[in-house]
Amino acid sequence: MTTLTATLPGVADPRGLRRSLGRAERRRKLRAFALTVPLLVFLMLTFLVPIAALLKRAIENPEVAQALPRTAAALDGWNRRDAPPPEAYAAVLADLGALPDSADAGALARRLNSEVAGARSLVMNAYKALPLEGAGTPSGAREKLLALDERWADVKYWQAIAKNGSRWTPDYLLASVDLKRDALGQVERMAPDQRVFGRILVRTFEISAIVTLCCLLLGYPLAYWLSTLPARQANILMILVLVPFWTSILVRVAAWIVLLQSAGLVNRALLATGIVDHPLALLFNRTGVIIAMVHILLPFMILPLYSVMKGVSPTYLRAAVSLGSRPAAAFFRVYVPQTYPGIGAGALLVFILSIGYYVTPALLGGADDQMLSYYIAQYTNVNVNWGMASALGALLLAATMVLYAVYRRVTKSELSLG
Amino acid sequence: MKTIVLANLLIAAGLALPAFAQQQITVVNFGGANANAQKKAFYEPFEKNGVKVVPVEYNGEQAKIKAMVETKKVTWDVVEVESPDVARGCDEGLFEKLDYSKIGSKADFLPAAVSECGIGIFVWSTVMAYDGDKLKTAPTTWADFWDTKKIPGKRAMRKGARYNVEFALMADGVKPADVYKVLSTKEGAERAFKKLTELKPSIQWWEAGAQPPQFLVAGDVVMATAYNGRIDAANREGKNLKITWIGGIYDLDYWTITKGSPNKDAALKFIAYASTPDAQAEYAKNIAYGPTNNNALTKLDAKTLANLPTAPANAKDALQFNIKFWADQGEELEKRFASWAAQ
Repeated sequence: MTTLTATLPGVADPRGLRRSLGRAERRRKLRAFALTVPLLVFLMLTFLVPIAALLKRAIENPEVAQALPRTAAALDGWNRRDAPPPEAYAAVLADLGALPDSADAGALARRLNSEVAGARSLVMNAYKALPLEGAGTPSGAREKLLALDERWADVKYWQAIAKNGSRWTPDYLLASVDLKRDALGQVERMAPDQRVFGRILVRTFEISAIVTLCCLLLGYPLAYWLSTLPARQANILMILVLVPFWTSILVRVAAWIVLLQSAGLVNRALLATGIVDHPLALLFNRTGVIIAMVHILLPFMILPLYSVMKGVSPTYLRAAVSLGSRPAAAFFRVYVPQTYPGIGAGALLVFILSIGYYVTPALLGGADDQMLSYYIAQYTNVNVNWGMASALGALLLAATMVLYAVYRRVTKSELSLG
Repeated sequence: MKTIVLANLLIAAGLALPAFAQQQITVVNFGGANANAQKKAFYEPFEKNGVKVVPVEYNGEQAKIKAMVETKKVTWDVVEVESPDVARGCDEGLFEKLDYSKIGSKADFLPAAVSECGIGIFVWSTVMAYDGDKLKTAPTTWADFWDTKKIPGKRAMRKGARYNVEFALMADGVKPADVYKVLSTKEGAERAFKKLTELKPSIQWWEAGAQPPQFLVAGDVVMATAYNGRIDAANREGKNLKITWIGGIYDLDYWTITKGSPNKDAALKFIAYASTPDAQAEYAKNIAYGPTNNNALTKLDAKTLANLPTAPANAKDALQFNIKFWADQGEELEKRFASWAAQ
């Protein structure tokens, strides 16, 4: 650049030119940045902020700390094994009495109940019985609470209160991988009958892997065929691939229910042709889920494959054959390796979309075909335990990011969608 | 110039609209046959008072109500809520407390129907159902439901622990009266899940109330647990589905007013209307769910009464759903169910 401007004839001050070139360059960059600002702000507000809020909810634990500050203080020196000190009983009564709104008692009851089943009625009954006569002294408070409900003597409820005294907790995240803190704060595995998310995560990956594989097996030959056709025909056929892609997922799932039920079109056709003698179970099990998911996700495999294959020159294949390779060997050793970026992008796209699937397994699957998202919805809507829902969301997010990292490590390239 | 006139007109129309607009309330229900019956018995007659009713359907998710209350943007005025959620939502401040002086005398209602934040709409039951045309030997107990040798074929059950653990214990020989006592012990819950495991390969799960009658009619399953009103609705369309009332679990749905509803007065008027004997009797004629207002019973004929979960013959061997038990144990049992289903 310098030499070029220096030797340009008729330029009086090469340094000045360089400056103004630099200025123009900066202005160009600034303008380019300004053009992307709306998108950045949009992404910030709709993507990053919600994710940050979700992650915050996964570790937030304000209910007990806010509602029972005196109790938490009274339990501070307690060894968490023997009976709690009588002062704690008095503190519970004082705390419950000082709650500004009954909704706070409800929130406290919900939080403790999700830790120890039964705590809901324990807390609400005490709250509704307030004020208790003759509960002036700590031992009096203890007596009154025990008279109200003898479960107040049970250490497990006190352990739950003591454990949740701080505003932040790792409990939700631990629970999302089937771990918990015991009464003393040591991390241990959940009881076998409460261990569930590990298995569901494995199941989620399993279904996604099968769907990805099926998509690849079905999509690869089709994409290859499309890439060899003249543009006009390829475009027409591409529309056939895209039309289902543009149809609502719910409509397609409903269509599959009609097709796959035991008196549905598929089973009637199979029965009529004598291939089977009683209807196959295709619905409300793994088979139905996989059939519908493959159908829905197939375009995400075909499109990246097609765009990569379009860029592969057919001359390589011809050269290999003319050099004496058998056509099949030429295809697998010369052509397929050139489409690896397409396979990688398609497979990753399908896999990542699959692990977040909710509505298809919910409508077409049985109780043991549900994926992680189903339980996120369950905790959000039914149990209204948003901490647990956020923790499961964080788990799904982490799984996706690990996958992407692995993909980059393996292919040593950025994700390219062609 | 023209556009300005047009714009002015539009603005004027927009300003004038609220003055002409009728007051309206949004009433949220569970959809399907139940929503149709509510429309006939509650919404249409009530609209004669000059308040428009906008029906919305949902599946019982309390999250939406919680989000509305927390953000103070309440668009659901009256919500039909299942029993465990009434007490829970009331404790957590999701619902307004009801002013019974504007609804009626508490003594006219079933004792279970009267609660602080909700009043019972109807009594419904989760029962065993089968297709009378396809199944010749009628199942009479939950043990029959579990007996895949005697009656081969799939059984449809609701996806989740609720009702199923109770049914499992009854199938295992526990008397209806003892079910919750047994279930509240560790061994009892163990026993229920063990019994469910026996039937697991033959279970087809359902999630929406409309599914079990469809499964039965399509022949996908030989028996199903189902809401009795949905079976009744299918029979009104000419099907021949039958109900075994023994060991059914009956429960109530409630009207609640979302906390902070801008139409609280109209909402309360709606609830008062829907709780009158006439409206309740009309509802029971449209779907086989029992009235909560005792005075409605005299307005119904014997044939309608015989189909209701509240009929003495039907309620005799039935079990009342235990709200307290499920409010305490629900989350843990549902998690255990998920763990069990994943095995």
